[in-house]
Amino acid sequence: MSLSFGGIRALRGVSLAVREGETLAVIGPNGSGKTSLFNCISGAYQPGAGDISFDGASLLRLSPDRVARRGIARTFQNLRLFLGMPVMENLLVGRHLHFRRNLLSAALRLRREEIRHRDRCEEIIEFLDLEPYRKLRAGDCPYGVQKRVELGRALALEPRLLLLDEPASGLTGEEKEEVAYWLHEVRGRFGVTLVFVEHDLRFASRLAARMIALDRGEKIAEGTPEEVQRRPEVERAYLGDAA
Amino acid sequence: MDLVETWREELRFAPGRVTRALLAAAVAFSIALPFLGQPAWIVRGTLVAITAIGVMGQNLLVGYAGQVSFGQAGFLAIGAYAFAHLQGLPWLLALLGAGLVSALAGVVVGFPSLRLKGPYLAIATLGFGIAAYQLLANVPALSGGRMGLAVQRPSLLSLYWTDVALLGVFALATTNLISSYAGRALMAVRDSEIAAESMGVNLTRTKLLAFAISSFYTGVHGALFAQFLGHLEPELFNVSEVLTQFVAITVGGLASVEGSIFGAAFVVLLPVIFGGLRWAVPVFFGASILAVLIFEPGGLAGALRKARLYLEQWPFR
Ligand SMILES: Nc1ncnc2c1ncn2[C@@H]1O[C@H](COP(=O)(O)OP(=O)(O)O)[C@@H](O)[C@H]1O
Ligand SMILES: [Mg+2]
Repeated sequence: MSLSFGGIRALRGVSLAVREGETLAVIGPNGSGKTSLFNCISGAYQPGAGDISFDGASLLRLSPDRVARRGIARTFQNLRLFLGMPVMENLLVGRHLHFRRNLLSAALRLRREEIRHRDRCEEIIEFLDLEPYRKLRAGDCPYGVQKRVELGRALALEPRLLLLDEPASGLTGEEKEEVAYWLHEVRGRFGVTLVFVEHDLRFASRLAARMIALDRGEKIAEGTPEEVQRRPEVERAYLGDAA
Repeated sequence: MDLVETWREELRFAPGRVTRALLAAAVAFSIALPFLGQPAWIVRGTLVAITAIGVMGQNLLVGYAGQVSFGQAGFLAIGAYAFAHLQGLPWLLALLGAGLVSALAGVVVGFPSLRLKGPYLAIATLGFGIAAYQLLANVPALSGGRMGLAVQRPSLLSLYWTDVALLGVFALATTNLISSYAGRALMAVRDSEIAAESMGVNLTRTKLLAFAISSFYTGVHGALFAQFLGHLEPELFNVSEVLTQFVAITVGGLASVEGSIFGAAFVVLLPVIFGGLRWAVPVFFGASILAVLIFEPGGLAGALRKARLYLEQWPFR
């Protein structure tokens, strides 16, 4: 697929396939188009050319909420939480599409469904150690907790495909370890297909069996972490980034 | 100690001892008011109840859904005139009809919100308010011409009881709504449109729903106001109504049901206190918004929430 903003070509004919149940890491220097790739898949941007299909059906021209309904959830590189709402409510919004919407029963406080969904969020709260923060406004939580809430919100959607944009960025070493552990658990517990963006090559290779590398909107490498890291293009891209 | 013990407790209506006590006091006060033998206060109580319904609607739109709309005067007028024209029907049906006509107009006015944000949306909706006013001022078939429209007016006491009971119903429904999936969708859209969409919240539907519900409330406010006055003329609903509503939601507390009631009481009772100095009321309104923004962004409801937290944890802190 390809995507342009005016003169900037954010993605140039990038093509990739993700198999059900696998974990794929997307690496590449800043501005290489990783976030743009996620934005295209999740419906936030429409690629200028190309196709995206999930489970045999095209996702092209679907609005983000329709993409979510197909079973794809995402997180954002620069956190997009519902800052004015408590942590628990953030997770509950993640379950929005599982609600049978009925305004009348909402106004009459018929709560059977609500309780069922809260039970599910409760499991996620426990899983991600969010218990002390559940009633705190998301905006009042520390950064590391906010990242966890965003992961939890995406999990609450019970996606089949989870797109995580830099899940470990801005975290301390210890917090990174925790994230790695949780992602590992997530795959086991929720059986979800995972695609994540990560700068830190070591972190990425611990979780993913396969990687793709982007540079300036193009896919420059694909394969196992060892294969990708050995490619001269990747080294150049990363050194260029550091210089 | 009355800390919430299990999460199921969070689902209860009005959790916490202090909240329940305050609620009981408010209900008792509303019931006692007519027996104080002060007709002026019955009138004021009625006005507060009517106004609070509209303020709650405006708060749903601005405070909860984050859509800044200045169209309130238009919805008020639509509700009032629809009610006046529907008077042949049973009262409750006419009231419902007034709300629904206004809700329909709300959906139409809501369409710009799908493209416009913040001040641009405010201006677009303000245009609607002015257009509605012009229409009523210039189409005699709607407005009853220079004579205006007569509306049947029940006795003061029965007005008081129905309007206070209606406020109770609206407050209850609003509290339920905002703690349901629908209310969370509104707030999610307010806090981050892209994240809300990515969680499966349909932006179009949610925003239009916010406009529809909010203008339903405002339409009912207009209808009850028409009934309260017993007479309608277009000059009643001018743009200054928009300012009053904004003062009410800001001073009362954004995104708060009880705040909407406090805010309504504030804008209804302040002119009473000022009495002869009526010209000073807008100045004081402006000053109070500033004071709220500086000292307590949560408004009166925010201040109460803090006090309540303190009390509920006392003596442990
Ligand atoms: N909304 C946008 N408008 C204009 N340019 C954009 C936008 N989003 C991304 N870009 C550009 O697209 C390129 C790729 O950005 P991005 O996908 O965010 O990179 P990465 O996530 O790999 O750091 C950059 O040059 C960036 O400036
Ligand atoms: Mg990025």
